[in-house]
Amino acid sequence: MSTENIATISCRQLSKRYGKVEALRNASFEVGRGEIFGCIGPDGSGKSTLFRILTTLLRADSGGATVEGLDVVKDYHAIRNRLGYMPGRFSLYQDLSVEENLNFFASIFNVTIRENYPLIRDIYRQLEPFKSRRAGKLSGGMKQKLALCCALIHKPSVLLLDEPTTGVDPISRKEFWDILAQLRRQDITIVVSTPYMDEALRCDRIALMREGAVLKIETPERIISQFPQTLWSVQGDPMYKLLTDLRRHEDIISSYAFGDAHHATVRSERITPLQLEENLKMLGYLNVEVKKIQPTIEDCYIAMIND
Amino acid sequence: MSVIYAENLTKRFGNFTAVNCITFSVERGEIFGFLGANGAGKTTAMRVLCGLSKPTSGRCVVAGYDVARETEKVKRSIGYMSQKFSLYEDLKVWENIRLFAGIYGMGDKMIALKTEQTLTHLGFEAERNTLVKALPLGWKQKLAFSVAIFHEPEVVFLDEPTGGVDPATRRKFWEMIYQAAERGITVFVTTHYMDEAEYCNRVSIMVDGRIEALNTPKNLRQRLNAPNMDAVFQRLVQAS
Repeated sequence: MSTENIATISCRQLSKRYGKVEALRNASFEVGRGEIFGCIGPDGSGKSTLFRILTTLLRADSGGATVEGLDVVKDYHAIRNRLGYMPGRFSLYQDLSVEENLNFFASIFNVTIRENYPLIRDIYRQLEPFKSRRAGKLSGGMKQKLALCCALIHKPSVLLLDEPTTGVDPISRKEFWDILAQLRRQDITIVVSTPYMDEALRCDRIALMREGAVLKIETPERIISQFPQTLWSVQGDPMYKLLTDLRRHEDIISSYAFGDAHHATVRSERITPLQLEENLKMLGYLNVEVKKIQPTIEDCYIAMIND
Repeated sequence: MSVIYAENLTKRFGNFTAVNCITFSVERGEIFGFLGANGAGKTTAMRVLCGLSKPTSGRCVVAGYDVARETEKVKRSIGYMSQKFSLYEDLKVWENIRLFAGIYGMGDKMIALKTEQTLTHLGFEAERNTLVKALPLGWKQKLAFSVAIFHEPEVVFLDEPTGGVDPATRRKFWEMIYQAAERGITVFVTTHYMDEAEYCNRVSIMVDGRIEALNTPKNLRQRLNAPNMDAVFQRLVQAS
């Protein structure tokens, strides 16, 4: 949380409706200076609507929000100078080169690349070999790094990043988050949405969202420690058939694929891992292994969504 | 029996070699994960295998047809879900199904019958007349996959079908992949989610246009002494 107890972003009861769809329902939260705040939820949970309201691109139907103490409606112009924004869809100019895009965004904000270069130096160094390549011809990871440079070039104090790493390979994603960690150390406040749960783990706090509502705001560690059920990992061949049989098992509440094993939440007062192993061997499964495990953030997410 | 076979497949754009002499085969009913970093050449290779791009050299056979010489026959035998575009946003759900089924030359009766089956299977009966652009991303992807296998192709190519999709919806999507594979459809899929790599029977990892590794996820983990596929990927890609 904030070291100064002054919220950089504050939302009060934000609601937004598109026709019949309630995109955002009474969303309230505060983000402290230098915090990485993650918005996690399925498609249609209201994340992008929230970003568009905070970036002053969309007006809420009711409720209000401030960014750096400025009102998102009255002070929209002043806010735009303080904000860096990466929309969900790649929105740089595909036909301009890397360097031209950066120059363009700098000139819009009336700054020069040189005066704010220190902020983007580490990222831009990786882009420099391609600086005359058109943005449309960059790989996914490079595009996102360029978009981040463009969002940073006017030295904003708040960054709003709407799924910045979607379509980006695991190595480039780690590099991208290393950059965010560096920006955080420079007291830049970051609000970010992501479908990758390993990234949720790198946030200071996360808001779990569903159908326009904020269900919970907590540190990732506490979300994991509050997982309410007993969780087992279950392996056995053939794996897909195993999943369907686990779902039919009366002592298993839910089960889902999880990499090389299935995860199952169980009524542990009624069955032990060893008993389940025996059950599965009787059904003809090979290489059966059942063990109790600690939940990951992804298990918590799935439990919340299925709730 | 191999459903996909590539031998010394190379694709160059000017001086740039996007796919560099790759050789591999995929068996019938297999779920084959085609992994690699951004820009490693996955999409290019996939487009060649689908007959959308001509190889510079080398040979590939898909569903028994030579991709360079019998391109149209290849296209009839496969389904393809592209990364960027798979459905017409301004058409309704049923119209998209009707359009793609018609392109593949299916008869009206068959289309009508299978449309009902598909909508029921997806739980989309109420969305029949919804414009595709109004569907949530996860729904769109499930529909796009159903459309890609609607004509019962021998192979379906999926280019990052779960990009941007949340963990719960991704799993539902993968259950559809499993079901298709059980029916004998060969699945060739790219993904950046390394847990999904574990769901494949075998995976290849591409680095700078070459296939650096090809094996079952389990064997790759053991060989590289890595706890999971994410670590396998990091080690192979960073080593180069």
